[in-house]
Amino acid sequence: MELVDLIMLIYVFVLAMFVGFELITKVPPTLHTPLMSGSNAISGITIVGAIISAGLNDFSLSAVLGLVAIIFATINVVGGFLVTDRMLKMFKKK
Amino acid sequence: MQVITYLTYLFSSILFIFGIKQLSSPKTARNGNLLAALGMFLAIVITLFDKKIISYELIVIGFIIGSIAGAWMALKVPMTGMPQMVGLLNGFGGGASLLVALSEYNKILTGIEGPFNAATTTTIALSILIGAVTFTGSLIAFGKLQGLVTGKVVTYPLQHPLNALLLVTVLIGGGYLVFNPATVWIVVTITIISLVLGVLLVLPIGGADMPVAISLLNSYSGLAASMTGFVLDNNMLIIAGALVGASGIILTNIMCKAMNRSLMNVLLGGWGNAPTQAGAQTEAEHKPVKSVDAEEAAMIFDSAQTVVIVPGYGMAVAQAQHAVRDLANVLEKKGINVRFAIHPVAGRMPGHMNVLLAEAQVPYEKLYALEDINDDFPNVDVAFIVGANDVVNPAARNNPASPIYGMPILNVDYAKTVIVNKRSLNPGYAGIDNELFYGDNTLMYFGDAKEAITKLVNELKNA
Repeated sequence: MELVDLIMLIYVFVLAMFVGFELITKVPPTLHTPLMSGSNAISGITIVGAIISAGLNDFSLSAVLGLVAIIFATINVVGGFLVTDRMLKMFKKK
Repeated sequence: MQVITYLTYLFSSILFIFGIKQLSSPKTARNGNLLAALGMFLAIVITLFDKKIISYELIVIGFIIGSIAGAWMALKVPMTGMPQMVGLLNGFGGGASLLVALSEYNKILTGIEGPFNAATTTTIALSILIGAVTFTGSLIAFGKLQGLVTGKVVTYPLQHPLNALLLVTVLIGGGYLVFNPATVWIVVTITIISLVLGVLLVLPIGGADMPVAISLLNSYSGLAASMTGFVLDNNMLIIAGALVGASGIILTNIMCKAMNRSLMNVLLGGWGNAPTQAGAQTEAEHKPVKSVDAEEAAMIFDSAQTVVIVPGYGMAVAQAQHAVRDLANVLEKKGINVRFAIHPVAGRMPGHMNVLLAEAQVPYEKLYALEDINDDFPNVDVAFIVGANDVVNPAARNNPASPIYGMPILNVDYAKTVIVNKRSLNPGYAGIDNELFYGDNTLMYFGDAKEAITKLVNELKNA
């Protein structure tokens, strides 16, 4: 990766931050806990990197680190989305 | 294939954005969460087709262990334990970022990928730093909330210089790595220092300030995911991480405002300390308090037209949510208007109280945020305080010597009558005496919340 590529990635990061700010300021306080657990699950997207690392041919150091990373990220993703759903199910109108 | 993968990642990114957008209303929120989960599922599936993957054994093992552990946690955790759960999940997210960064480093080192260049090494070093701090910081936050680590403020000499020194060491190490990428011991050292830094940054923060810490760590976990995106040259990770990072920053900001603290003050830790003696002592001589029993309290409720219930974390500790719901129902049956006023820091994390009340089947449209109900308190006949303390302390408005002076509070003392349910006159979480208890229009209804409110409900039913 060249420095120019890095700057393109920074573009994406900055613009996505703006989108994030716009979206999240509209979330009412009532939903702040599910917002947190749900967004938390989204941050488990690191799983994509973990999958490629763990898929290496042998039990290399990279693959083992990838395995632990998959376990962590899967807990984050599965636990995050499930617990958010469990909470949101309870929010009912009269 | 690469094109299909990238397009799928783009589609997943869009699903994440729409998912969060739908979280802006309780009606669509559940659907939004499903959309985000679908985005995640698609991203995972398409990644499994990556040509770099040669063996699936470790991947499958990882999925199985992670899914079982994650699902078990998500289904077992009680709603009161949600802050710990989120804290722990933050930590796993950060830990995964750390490990992926280390794995990438090792891949380049062993020639599987590469070669090293300045951009990659910089992002790997930053990814290690943020991932490691998020990981151990979140574990400490979890420990504090779970009562495994002291919830007290931990201070020691040279605390801030030490943290600054550690951070600078990591940055210098990262800088050295850019020019000498194959120096393994530097990578190991900055990893260890970053892990230690995470512990030291969260350890000083007191239990009462955990909502801020959890929000901030939530933001870090997002930034860690973004950083992994930089390492892997993957826009989807950057976008998803930035969304979470933004969310955490906004929530941190809201929590800081609600506690009248600056973010810097939070980051440096060391507040939530035993409050200044001056504040406590000026309150030393007090007027006597007026107390009521269940029967008298019931009569006051019976003659009211509007009631506002102000719950605090003490209500959840006493497991009194269902009793409070029964109280609201019995009052409504009598034609009394009942609302709930929720202070932003009423629970242990942003929005925690709303979840606890939702679990007790209180409809969400009855819950009012501070700014939506505060001006209305003078028109309220009875404000009923259950397990809340500091967030209704008028000292925040009128006693400049008080440590909570300037914090936005619910103006319950403006209500015609205030009834406070409490076990005793002990001060709240912040350790500050509460003027409200001695007010002319305040009546104390002593007793364990669950028991006392159940008694009150029975009195009201018989009245």
